[in-house]
Amino acid sequence: MDYVIEMLHITKKFPGIIANDDITIQLKKGEIHALLGENGAGKSTLMSVLFGLYQPEEGVIKVKGREVKIKGPLDANALGIGMVHQHFKLVHNFTVLQNIVLGMETVKKGLLKMDDARKRVMELSEKYNMFIDPDALISDITVGMQQRVEILKMLYRDNEIMIFDEPTAVLTPQEIDELMAIMKNLTDEGKSILFITHKLNEIKAVADRCSVLRRGKYIGTVDVKTTSKDAMSEMMVGRKVNLTVEKAPAKPGDVVLKVDGLCVDAKQEGHTKKLVSDVSFQVRRGEIVCIAGIDGNGQTELVQAITGIRPANSGTVQVNGEDVTRRSIRYKNTHGMAHIPEDRHKHGLVLDYNLAYNGVLQQYFEPEFQNHGFLKEDAIYSYADKLIADFDIRSGEGAATITRSMSGGNQQKVIVAREISRKHDLLLAVQPTRGLDVGAIEYIHSELVKQRDSGSAILLVSLELDEVMNLSDRILVIFEGHIVAQLDPKEVTVQELGLYMAGSKREGKADET
Amino acid sequence: MKLKNKRNYVGVLSSVFAIFIGLLVGLVVLILCNPSQALPGFMTILTGAFTHGMRGVGQVFYYATPIILTGLSVGFAFKTGVFNIGTPGQFIMGAFGAVYAGIMWDRLGGLHWAAALLASIALGAFWGLIPGLLKAYFNVNVVISCIMMNYIGMYLVNWTVRSNKALFNTLRNESKDVAATAVIPKMGLDKVFAGSSVNGGIVIAIAVVILIYILLNKTTFGYELKAVGYNQDAGKYAGINEKRNVVAAMMIAGAIAGLAGGLLYLAGTGKHIEIKDVLAAEGFTGISVALLGLSHPIGVLFSGLFIAYLTAGGFYLQLFEFSTEIIDIIVAVIIYFSAFALIVRSILGKIQEKRAKKEEMKGGGGQE
Repeated sequence: MDYVIEMLHITKKFPGIIANDDITIQLKKGEIHALLGENGAGKSTLMSVLFGLYQPEEGVIKVKGREVKIKGPLDANALGIGMVHQHFKLVHNFTVLQNIVLGMETVKKGLLKMDDARKRVMELSEKYNMFIDPDALISDITVGMQQRVEILKMLYRDNEIMIFDEPTAVLTPQEIDELMAIMKNLTDEGKSILFITHKLNEIKAVADRCSVLRRGKYIGTVDVKTTSKDAMSEMMVGRKVNLTVEKAPAKPGDVVLKVDGLCVDAKQEGHTKKLVSDVSFQVRRGEIVCIAGIDGNGQTELVQAITGIRPANSGTVQVNGEDVTRRSIRYKNTHGMAHIPEDRHKHGLVLDYNLAYNGVLQQYFEPEFQNHGFLKEDAIYSYADKLIADFDIRSGEGAATITRSMSGGNQQKVIVAREISRKHDLLLAVQPTRGLDVGAIEYIHSELVKQRDSGSAILLVSLELDEVMNLSDRILVIFEGHIVAQLDPKEVTVQELGLYMAGSKREGKADET
Repeated sequence: MKLKNKRNYVGVLSSVFAIFIGLLVGLVVLILCNPSQALPGFMTILTGAFTHGMRGVGQVFYYATPIILTGLSVGFAFKTGVFNIGTPGQFIMGAFGAVYAGIMWDRLGGLHWAAALLASIALGAFWGLIPGLLKAYFNVNVVISCIMMNYIGMYLVNWTVRSNKALFNTLRNESKDVAATAVIPKMGLDKVFAGSSVNGGIVIAIAVVILIYILLNKTTFGYELKAVGYNQDAGKYAGINEKRNVVAAMMIAGAIAGLAGGLLYLAGTGKHIEIKDVLAAEGFTGISVALLGLSHPIGVLFSGLFIAYLTAGGFYLQLFEFSTEIIDIIVAVIIYFSAFALIVRSILGKIQEKRAKKEEMKGGGGQE
């Protein structure tokens, strides 16, 4: 067998946890090898070991049959290993070309020689069918293009082994298809790809083999063609998973949230751009309304204007018939609004507080948790224990765990647990499953449906098309700050939805019902 | 609940480590200056404070009183997310409040000293309030406005004292003595630490430390202050009024620093407001104290005592013809190294890890 990379019996421990426990992964030349696992399963740790960011306690790494010691990213690069990170590592005010050559500049007598570099980059881009404008600024090009730049960066460095860390999270369906084609192209040229993901569709679409990790342990490697999605997800989660959300038809009741003519302007110098432009819609009790759109089309600002984190420039927001546009965030929090924020680190958690303190972030002042201004520690901690038990939050030191030290998925669970457990009529869920694994997604989805059935109005903002299609009762598509379509998930196809999201198709003004 | 303390324990160790390195560097400096006297000089730094027995201990408490409070002021503000570098200004404003009340309000009898302290608290709070308001409503950088307030405070006090005949002692170019009733009572400490300058101020300082500890850790107000300090965006998301928080935090920090000034200038040790164009050193020492004490109220109490202890011992360095500035060098090195706390933490973390591994091998494993 001809393996380009072998990671044999890798064990990496952190205090209190074994992140990788005797994991063996073998990457064949010219294959796309998927690495599948829940959050916290140890995928990132394993890749960090491959990149030399961590040294494993046990196990060896072999590149092309030769045992190597990788002490850092430079060593990895010298061995031909490259990586596209989930969050791109690009300099935004540099051009595409500058970014590609960064760190590998061709220099003559101390002067930059960009011409040779330009020629090579253009050759590469033609060879692999990845067309780019070498002189465009990174900040001006789309996320899909930025990803191409990352891939070209690896090609420019002659990397033979490429690692893609959840590359599709930020792409539209059309862009995902293109990426898949590019990946196939790369392997046809003899490159080998390690593809980290937890999306089974994509594995089915491109991967040859798939290795599954679960809770730091190696579960097995399967041939993708002969293994069903259900079987793979079962391997990943360790039990049967229901991939489609089971829900009864919605029974919408009274209007809970009514947004009318909402506008948010960008506060940039020189010009005003409307980030959210004249948006009106309603969400009723007992329904899930989803705002679908590609990242950066105003959904963040829309939700922030509803919650009050960012002021609205015009328009009104009503909750239960009461105009709350100018009310304080505290008032909204205590009058029926719960909010799972988009950015869990920026807004959702005080990372240096422990789990218990984060659990009462909007409730610490309630009589349940304080007495004459003094915190009731016992009540706060036992409340946290209840959240931990109800939502299966895993942490090293229970309620006393500093949230910064928890895994992203579990941090998200803390927020979801806190917001769902709070008394609310309206739940704003912004990408509630971002970065979560199938098991947790399944749980959060069923929890959202349960909330809906118990009479909550739910406004969901999601970039994941599967989530949009599965969960919502109505879809509002947002494009460049406008609601461009109102769709029924039962009557629309994913492709059609993608076209609306990309702005190439639009309906007349979404009619209000 | 016990687990909560583990992190602090590492923090304390890193401070101890910094102190150790600082002292070592001090020794090197002594050797460089005068090798033959270096060792006795070093012993003096370590034990000098005890040269005169209980009197020396009393002296340490006396030195420690203002810097514990300025340290607490910086540390408290730091916990709430603002860097209060305005302690020198708040300190001198507090001192002025105390001196003014101590001279002018001489008909209050037994309550005179308490009233003078209240005046120092009020003026200090006012001097902290201004940068707080500027930050909250005009987004002015607290560090910059605090530095400005330091100079404004210093010159304002100089000018007011000099131009006010009732306050100014023209012969000595400083403020007059405060009334005897304004001097802080000894609270019996003069009997325990006979001959020293110690007074009730240290008791008040410790009481304030405990008060701030409770405020920060046990109350909803402290919860809000720290939440905004750690993550302003999350504070906003949680519906906490972050503007009011900044203002309140700076006001309290100012009040503490003002009280520090009041306690020092009402100590009855012949301290007067001198007309000099120099910012109050006690204010800046507070930053060192806060850093070494990890901004934790109890940590600040001990680091304040420790730096006062070194200062008291350093005083006797002169016996060996060393200059007392060596103490400042040592303190500076200590602060420098406590800034490396992170590195120390990771080293200590690794040691712990190794130890855990050994135990694991003995106990036969078992995780989580």
